[in-house]
Amino acid sequence: MSDTQGSMDAHRLAVEIRGGSKIFNLGRHNEVKALTDIDLDIGQGEFVTLIGPSGCGKSTLLRLIAALIDTTEGTVLVNGKTADAARLDRDYSMVFQRAGLFEWRNVSRNIELPLELMGWKAADRRQRSAEMLELVKLDEFARHHPAELSGGMQQRVAIARAMSFHPKLLLMDEPFGALDEMTREHMQHELLRIWSETRITVVFVTHSIAEAVFLSTKVVVMSPRPGRIAAVVDNDLGERTEATRDDPAYFANITAVREALRGGH
Amino acid sequence: MTAVKTLVRSWLPPVVAAVVIFGGWEALLAIIRPDGFVLPPPSEIGRAVAQNWDAIVTATGVTGFIIVTGLLAGVVVGAAFALLVTAFRAANETLTPLAVAINAVPIIALAPIFNAWFGILSPRSNQAVVVVLVFFPVFVNTARGLTQVEPSQIELMESYGARKWRIMREVRIPNAMPFFFTALKLATSLAVIAAIVAEYFGGRQDALGNLITNSAGLTRYDDAWAAVLAGSLVGIGLYALAVVVERLVMPWYFTARRSA
Repeated sequence: MSDTQGSMDAHRLAVEIRGGSKIFNLGRHNEVKALTDIDLDIGQGEFVTLIGPSGCGKSTLLRLIAALIDTTEGTVLVNGKTADAARLDRDYSMVFQRAGLFEWRNVSRNIELPLELMGWKAADRRQRSAEMLELVKLDEFARHHPAELSGGMQQRVAIARAMSFHPKLLLMDEPFGALDEMTREHMQHELLRIWSETRITVVFVTHSIAEAVFLSTKVVVMSPRPGRIAAVVDNDLGERTEATRDDPAYFANITAVREALRGGH
Repeated sequence: MTAVKTLVRSWLPPVVAAVVIFGGWEALLAIIRPDGFVLPPPSEIGRAVAQNWDAIVTATGVTGFIIVTGLLAGVVVGAAFALLVTAFRAANETLTPLAVAINAVPIIALAPIFNAWFGILSPRSNQAVVVVLVFFPVFVNTARGLTQVEPSQIELMESYGARKWRIMREVRIPNAMPFFFTALKLATSLAVIAAIVAEYFGGRQDALGNLITNSAGLTRYDDAWAAVLAGSLVGIGLYALAVVVERLVMPWYFTARRSA
């Protein structure tokens, strides 16, 4: 799924944050320092997880990258552009904890939504939507309505929707947080398969240590009050299989992340 | 065979209920025999309908016109207010208090004043009562549906670079549909009540409201009940129409409910 645009971007960082901070309600009595002194580089094709306790600002950091909220100080670059320019260029796509599918659209038309906003022709949309349904293995459910699908299936549709226009960057905010353990592990494998097939860059927010270590090439450990990056744990476990979950190196990195989380307090 | 079965299953309960209620009503009056003007039995109301058929048809047409036009105008104004209030902060700060203030006025009490404004025989004064009464529930419910949207759906649209009106069209308006139709169904019966009560104070002499007051004034209660029956049928018809339109406009809502 690489194109010429993609290879041109290969030399630039996917995400580059320098001195990023976010203060909500600045200057008011309910002022909150959500993030402070954030420096973060994410290379093309990396799978980075952001982990930390509630209130550490990991979701806020994801929204700064998405330009859904503005930084109070510092710069956020996405593919070498300002985050807002990247948003308007549709460089990235988001997946939320709640699948957020539109009840009034069937599965196929949910996946087509971003393509409609980009002005694609109907026939092209239909074809891309079919490809995406194949990617997330839900081909038979194109005409179903979201309410007829299980939570895990809905989240797969949300991933298909996010991937539909082949964005360079996927921003995921606790996407499997509402799923049961079995479905969650299955979805982790599916996501890694999609990641290795597409080589898309992923930034993934979670509060599960095991999930962070299983999925990512780099774990960014955050600590609260004010939210900041406490440590970055490199997590090179090679290709993930079921056996990875029993690998001593996997457990060693889980311990490393846990200690980094404790150290942050 | 199964189609017939489902048809029977959906029609049988209301038909049985109607037979039991009207049969019981008729039987009870036959047994206890109160003075006729307290409550006429269904058979006498039926006879009154037959005897006054032409007058009732005319009155239903006159009042029905006021109900339908007033209902449509009230719904359009209510929905338009809701859109404006959701889209523009300035509109929210000016129109919402205005709407609340209008709703706080005892609207039926305005009927004689509207008569002075629009002329006592003009349909405008009665239409105005219907519009004002229908407007508020449509406004409040639709505005709630437009604003009570899952926040991540708005963030999703923003992440795709969608602007305010696109978000309105793709997210807020579809989300408001169930709220709007709830209000519309409520508004159908409000419109009937508003039109008939407004006619007690003025309007054409051949309308349902006047038929009811005139008949009651002459102690012809069976005739009054026949006119009430006609008004009820208009209300039931409009309600059924709203249900049909609701099904046509948002079939997704009902598939979702069936499987959930």
